[in-house]
Amino acid sequence: MKKLIRMKYTKWFNILRDGLTKNNPIVISVLGICSALAITNRVDNALAMGIGVTFVIMASSATVSLIRNFIPGKVRMVTYMVIISSYVISVQMFLQAFYPNIASALGAYVGLIITNCIVMGRAEAFAVKSPVRYTLIDGFASGLGYTYVLVLVASVRELLAFGTILNYQIMPDAWVNWTVMAIAPGGFFVLGLFIWLIRELSNNFEAQEN
Amino acid sequence: MVNVIEIFFGSILDHNIALAYILGMCPLIAISTNVKNARGMGIAVIFVVTITAMINYPIYLLLKASGTEQLNLLVFIITIAATVQFLEMFLEKFVPKMYNSFGIFLPLITVNCVVLGVSLFMVNREYNFIQTTAFSFGSAVGWMVAIILVAGIREKMKKFSDVPRGLAGRGIVFIILGILSLAFIGFTGLASIQ
Repeated sequence: MKKLIRMKYTKWFNILRDGLTKNNPIVISVLGICSALAITNRVDNALAMGIGVTFVIMASSATVSLIRNFIPGKVRMVTYMVIISSYVISVQMFLQAFYPNIASALGAYVGLIITNCIVMGRAEAFAVKSPVRYTLIDGFASGLGYTYVLVLVASVRELLAFGTILNYQIMPDAWVNWTVMAIAPGGFFVLGLFIWLIRELSNNFEAQEN
Repeated sequence: MVNVIEIFFGSILDHNIALAYILGMCPLIAISTNVKNARGMGIAVIFVVTITAMINYPIYLLLKASGTEQLNLLVFIITIAATVQFLEMFLEKFVPKMYNSFGIFLPLITVNCVVLGVSLFMVNREYNFIQTTAFSFGSAVGWMVAIILVAGIREKMKKFSDVPRGLAGRGIVFIILGILSLAFIGFTGLASIQ
């Protein structure tokens, strides 16, 4: 018990918790929305995307952190881009080789992980000034925070749009599919309502804009 | 020629890149707080997207000829970053008035997924050069239409509406986008883009 309480104050634990709740990349910072909405009409796509993004964030943060003392400040953005896109290319080749179905369902959106602001954001905000072991935890936390929102949104959309989850029939035969959930508007509505729910539950409101 | 016109109007209305393919959401949500900024960002996007797509097309042909098209992501993103940098320097030197009006928008465009997305769609759909130009210009105009619509609605909502506090700020933008996206489904079947 004592050990558990002590754990609460370690840096590891705080970084992990921040990524999952307080600084959740999608719900609170509203980053990386493009891929989050476009591919969440099926749970398996969402899982593949989440794991891919988690891998890219962890690998690129670790690399940036390893060479952080050698990157000149002026060209750091381009350096991040090159590092990130090499990892994205490897994810793309991996998916094409082992999961061709998912690769064709995700289409161009695998390549668009490069412009996913979360990856760039973690490199710029955290990796460039932290040692490697913390960047791995931080990348894992951000990736996990991203993945679980994706999977939740995808479950709602797949359940309503096709009556299934992970291709298992859940709804009774009389269920009428909501086509709107399978296309873009469904994604917007579900994510909007989800953000509302999370903010209401965690009592974390955005300052009123003027 | 008919095909090119069809691609142009199709990518503005029917296959709108923001509302049907959900690309470029980060800047769309961040900058759509007022119409003036939205218009500035929209014009900058039109410039950059059209120019980079036209540059990326011959580069992709070169990659294909040398059998290294797996690397297209890496090459495209470097082209985009270089083009944005070059455009910024060019405008600052020769058209300072325009440079001042674009201001902060240009550097932000590098991480706008519309730019990379257009180049990737161009590869997936096997367009030729003229089709690529029409598609990239049309997509960028479509994105501008979307951001200006959202900004206009947000401006009015600030004055007249009482948004629940959990949805205030960015949350309500998703609901606006969802309704706009539903409205744009009305254009379905206008043009076949593939």
